[in-house]
Amino acid sequence: MRLNRKDLLGLEQLSKEEIELFLDTATSLREVSERPIRKVPTLRGKTIVNLFLEASTRTKSSFELAAKRLSADTVNISAASSSILKGETLLDTARNLEAMKIDAVVVRHSSPGAAVFLARKLAVPVINGGDGIHEHPTQGLLDLLTIRDRKGRIEGLQVAIVGDIAHSRVARSDIFGLSKLGADVRVCGPPTLIPRDIERLGVGVHHELRKALREVDVVIVLRIQREREKAGVLPSIREYRSLFMIDKEALSSAREDVLVMHPGPINRGVELDPEVADSTQSAILAQVTNGIAVRMAVLYLLIGSR
Amino acid sequence: MKHVSKKREIRLLDADGVRRTIIRMSHEILEHNRGIRDLALIGIRTRGAYIAERVASIIEAEEGKRPFFGVLDITLYRDDLSSASEKPIVRATEIPFDVRDKVIVLIDDVLYTGRTARAALDAIMDFGRPKKIELAVLMDRGYRELPIRADYVGRELAIKENEVVLVRIREIDGIDEVVIEEMNEAE
Repeated sequence: MRLNRKDLLGLEQLSKEEIELFLDTATSLREVSERPIRKVPTLRGKTIVNLFLEASTRTKSSFELAAKRLSADTVNISAASSSILKGETLLDTARNLEAMKIDAVVVRHSSPGAAVFLARKLAVPVINGGDGIHEHPTQGLLDLLTIRDRKGRIEGLQVAIVGDIAHSRVARSDIFGLSKLGADVRVCGPPTLIPRDIERLGVGVHHELRKALREVDVVIVLRIQREREKAGVLPSIREYRSLFMIDKEALSSAREDVLVMHPGPINRGVELDPEVADSTQSAILAQVTNGIAVRMAVLYLLIGSR
Repeated sequence: MKHVSKKREIRLLDADGVRRTIIRMSHEILEHNRGIRDLALIGIRTRGAYIAERVASIIEAEEGKRPFFGVLDITLYRDDLSSASEKPIVRATEIPFDVRDKVIVLIDDVLYTGRTARAALDAIMDFGRPKKIELAVLMDRGYRELPIRADYVGRELAIKENEVVLVRIREIDGIDEVVIEEMNEAE
């Protein structure tokens, strides 16, 4: 299998084989983080820019650790410290970075399409670290890896994604990835938080939690942003909680060995009951660990031999 | 346009030959190290790992105890990653013991330029500080590009640079044998 692309912009464009190459490479690279010296010399002399123009703790630190464990140098730029505040455009910022002889850009931006835009303009690989409500491909890959580890397969699994589907780039990347690998995906949430026409992506739609979770193997719980209440798409957090929060009782209609996942950060007691978040069914911390391996795989496969 | 085509294949060792050679190397490893205390075998993926497994079984049969055993993938340590046109697949490295103070015997199928052995040495050092590292290869075909030599050699070959030594191993190739292939550049 050969990866014949410059960038990682989303899972929508990837083939099943390409996704599996990322997952297999990540599985091999996981061992590096278990060593006494957690570093290999693979990307020595390469420089990776983390251009994070939207708040992020987990993804940014995960990309940075992944780069460092492969011996690459990293430069972190956040919105608060960048010239974007001084009115520089995204393209000018990126072109200036490229003029400094770098080897890849990881970009997080609030506008859907920001990563695609940069990828077209820059000669170096661009990795989408989340662009608005469009895609978050490395989160999608780490979710797939976590499910494959715990369940031994992805094909044929029943997966429910619950929460704010409309504003979730994670949901979109998960739907593309899971569908390509043969899982059966359904989404669940209040009608205001489910995009119209989402069925076109090949998923089932539910508005009743118990029905949505019937016999599922995996539940991916999405974060409910408190701002949605003010925006008027969510009557109240309290109502959401009573209808859609994942707790022991809600999970009783799922399969006994159901796996619970969440991309973080969790609103404990809003979308996810703390008891479930901390139970053995939860793979939330495994997701974080796998995130580093997946990002190492992405960096290796995109930068390694350029 | 240049085509590289096979000209002819000469068989150097058949299945019995491979078996006997591995047995002799195993005995040499045992003799030289006076037993298996602190002895650890690490096979280099892909074919070296299968040869190492056989060495481990022979040593276990002789000594009644299996030596420490691991498998190493050197891809992350290659020195040609930035020039390789196709990205090599990374496979898992499994070293389920502490390498500190062990006598490690690295095992590979063919010793050629020495670059794989160099990468393997660097990889092992990243796991800790062994007492000693030795190198065992089924075939030594010469043409070194680095100052590296093997401590245990199944067979030393004097062959031309355009000839290729192919070690075939049952687990991967369906047959145990060693052949020499002459590559012929034709128009």
